[in-house]
Amino acid sequence: MSRETLIDLLYLFAATTFVLALKGLGSPKHARKGNMVAAFGMLVAVVATFFKYVDGHSLRHIWLILLGMFIGALIAVPTARFIKMTAMPQLVAIFNGVGGGAAALVSITEFMHIKASHPATYVTLEVLLGVLIGTFSFAGSAIAFAKLQELMTGRPITYPGQQVINAIVGLVAIVLIVTILFTSSTVLLWILLAVSAVLGVIFVLPIGGADVPVLISLLNAFTGLAVAASGFTLGSNLLIVAGTLVGASGILLTRMMSKAMGRSLTNVLFSAFGSNITASGATERADGASVRSGTPEDIAILLGFASRVVFIPGYGLAVSQGQHVLRELAELLESKGIEVSYAIHPVAGRMPGHMNVLLAEANVPYEQLVEMDEANSELATTDVALVVGANDTVNPAAHDDPSSPIYGMPIINADLAENVVFLKRSMRPGFAGIENELLYNPKTTLVFGDAKDTLTKMVAAVKAG
Amino acid sequence: MGNTLLQYATVLMLSIFVGIEIIAKVPSILHTPLMSGSNAIHGVIIVGAMLVLGGATTNLQEVLGFLAVILATMNVVGGFVVTDRMLEMFKPKPTKPKSTSNDEVAK
Repeated sequence: MSRETLIDLLYLFAATTFVLALKGLGSPKHARKGNMVAAFGMLVAVVATFFKYVDGHSLRHIWLILLGMFIGALIAVPTARFIKMTAMPQLVAIFNGVGGGAAALVSITEFMHIKASHPATYVTLEVLLGVLIGTFSFAGSAIAFAKLQELMTGRPITYPGQQVINAIVGLVAIVLIVTILFTSSTVLLWILLAVSAVLGVIFVLPIGGADVPVLISLLNAFTGLAVAASGFTLGSNLLIVAGTLVGASGILLTRMMSKAMGRSLTNVLFSAFGSNITASGATERADGASVRSGTPEDIAILLGFASRVVFIPGYGLAVSQGQHVLRELAELLESKGIEVSYAIHPVAGRMPGHMNVLLAEANVPYEQLVEMDEANSELATTDVALVVGANDTVNPAAHDDPSSPIYGMPIINADLAENVVFLKRSMRPGFAGIENELLYNPKTTLVFGDAKDTLTKMVAAVKAG
Repeated sequence: MGNTLLQYATVLMLSIFVGIEIIAKVPSILHTPLMSGSNAIHGVIIVGAMLVLGGATTNLQEVLGFLAVILATMNVVGGFVVTDRMLEMFKPKPTKPKSTSNDEVAK
């Protein structure tokens, strides 16, 4: 067997592990193993590549390659290891972005390389797509990261004529691509790189709030496609398979995510959702409706008389790092014979499944995590629904108010419970920026303050009682 | 040449179907790990980055290739580590460990 065949065989092995990994990631039992399998496949592919011949001789710059890997790992490992779990979405965004950037660089470098040895070569479409999509994904992810990390406002940024400007820049990119196809100009290729970056930025600016995770999923799929395009340029089946797998499954995942929010993907991407709502911040509204607030001790008494309590956690819980105290409260209530469960909305937190990750971190037993539909059938017989740092996912406007931007989104029907308790920082609306009628409901009690502090006080009060 | 392109296109088409088929039945709690895991998988661009740096013949190509290797390594290493960290929390616990808060309740 020749050297090249052996390497290709190892690549085939790697591609197989990627398919198995994606399959494994679909079930809680095999997910971790699946990820390890893919990591092993990746290692095999990387090692095999060191023995590959390029243009008839072995790889140049081996030490430079190793140095680059060392630097990359030096930055990535501590970041990935030690960053807080709540910062997970922006972490995925940034790792996705650098992948897109790498794909664009690979495409452009390989093109210059081919052109240097065969001056008559024409630029082909896959090079241009690799540059366009890769750079787009890089720039878009960078903005998404900045939004989630709160380096800039997380709300949608809009300006007059936005859609028109976006369309014009998009058109410029297409004209550039066509021109480069005919002229094969390297200079124009660099301009395309710049235009793609601008396009990525302006595409992401009007997307804000709860929609950013969906956007990240989409950009993730884009990076996959950019990698596939680089695979065409390099003539590598491995890159084509892996990139396309990620691209196809990523687009499907993106659709699943926007469906969980009851919206279409186009609506998520182009509607500048939540930009026109202003937070009033007052406890009393113009129509005289006011909220009732209570102390943690009041709630502790309420909980003490309950026979079934449902916790509805949201991102606010994660921000205050209160998940451990919440679990403590749950155990305390259980020891008093009170039935406790956690109702998890599919998009609670900042990504689908994010809340499960955070609660698992706090050692909340699996069996107590209840999905939305099941929770809704239980809530009618629930004494207390304790909403911890969630807002939009329990907003009845999704059912009642056709003019609300979240109308049609599936929600957890906290309003069915006998009593509703909100632990909130302030009266500010949630991630999507929408008023919540439930806060003004007579059976609702609000406890203002940091979720962790409030929960800690409640634990102490329940113990004392 | 035309044949090679056709072969790549075949691979592309089949991969699209596999990609769609394989995640059709993912429970929503695993959406985040799945996104993160597939993020790591497109880090395979590291192979491409190695090949372009390994074949670089001009200074510009070297610089771009070197940059590509760094970025791709961040993607692949960071992606796998983050995914593993997320999934670590999903492992089923054989017996529920008694925590200190429980003991306090007992007294």
